[in-house]
Amino acid sequence: MLEFIARMLGKESASSKMVAKERLQLVLIHDRASMSPDMLNSLREDLIKVISKYIDIDEAALEFDLCQDEKDVALVANIPVIKMKRDYAAKG
Amino acid sequence: MGEVIVVTSGKGGVGKTTTSANIGTGLAAAGHSVVLVDTDIGLRNLDVLMGLENRIVYDLVDVTSGNCLIKQALIKDKRFFNLFLLSASQTKDKTAVNPEQMKVLAAELKAEFDYVIIDCPAGIEQGFRNAIAGADWAIVVCTPEVSSIRDADRIISLLEAAELRNPKLIINRLRPAMIKSGNMMDTTDILDILDVELIGAVPENESIIISTNHGEPAVMDNNSKAGEAYRNITRRIQGEEVPLLNIDESHGMMYRLKRLVGLGLH
Ligand SMILES: Nc1ncnc2c1ncn2[C@@H]1O[C@H](COP(=O)(O)OP(=O)(O)O)[C@@H](O)[C@H]1O
Ligand SMILES: [Mg+2]
Repeated sequence: MLEFIARMLGKESASSKMVAKERLQLVLIHDRASMSPDMLNSLREDLIKVISKYIDIDEAALEFDLCQDEKDVALVANIPVIKMKRDYAAKG
Repeated sequence: MGEVIVVTSGKGGVGKTTTSANIGTGLAAAGHSVVLVDTDIGLRNLDVLMGLENRIVYDLVDVTSGNCLIKQALIKDKRFFNLFLLSASQTKDKTAVNPEQMKVLAAELKAEFDYVIIDCPAGIEQGFRNAIAGADWAIVVCTPEVSSIRDADRIISLLEAAELRNPKLIINRLRPAMIKSGNMMDTTDILDILDVELIGAVPENESIIISTNHGEPAVMDNNSKAGEAYRNITRRIQGEEVPLLNIDESHGMMYRLKRLVGLGLH
């Protein structure tokens, strides 16, 4: 209650901890987005394996990386398609 | 068969060695057999925190390189007959020990002791890999500062990559007055950011400096607030559920009342 009054009166406004917390959250988004080349490679191989079940893709031209801006991280892949596997369902 | 606990952090100067000395002493005081292993080769300090700096003959490198038997290198504590220190080498090369040797050593020690506490050096290089090699679980120490929390996050993912999952966090050097004024992150803020379980919160306390001066861990000082926090951590390590210490007691009702009066004058 007393804390609430204090906050109402603006005593807590000069809070550097919120600045610290926000900066930390941003820096960790970037830190955590880094992946070891080994892990990135095995993810790439697994992805190719799964997608190839459904689609013929151009493995050599495949681009694949983690991209990040200020706030978000995305796994961006450009996977050129050679041919769809139309008979997949029939084969089971 | 005992358990091997590594105390690590990434960043230096956050309280790994202080924590190792205190929980090791606390566990010994509770009746367990404990060995403290200092793996900070070249920058050993656990010996001075324990007040054992004058008794070291053989060290970690002597043991791993076969210069002596393990039991020749174990230094008995001043207070507890069931507490021992295996000191780091001060003069030898950092690379004199490797993770494989540490695994073997940790296995031999935990066959003899209830708790093996490994004090890790700063950094994420070989010293870190040595320290975690034989560990069953990890305690990560951080302070309420951006750089320290960032490094703790990195360490947590490195531990995970090394199959040491679910490390426990100790937040050290909390300052109630700064938390009150909104200038320091509190335990809730830090747990929002680091996705780990808290095993203790230790206030910034001059008793830590005084106890280091004497070479007697604060956990034995009943008047020390930091010592109390370490006693609680020791109990949690033994599996007891202990509520978090209210490190804010020094600023109880009177403090808030004064504050209110202060505000009234404005
Ligand atoms: N809770 C605390 N209150 C006051 N001083 C502390 C506290 N924890 C650690 N210190 C001091 O901080 C310094 C670094 O501690 P130390 O345990 O050597 O860190 P590390 O092993 O992580 O490098 C030491 O001088 C120690 O006395
Ligand atoms: Mg240290």
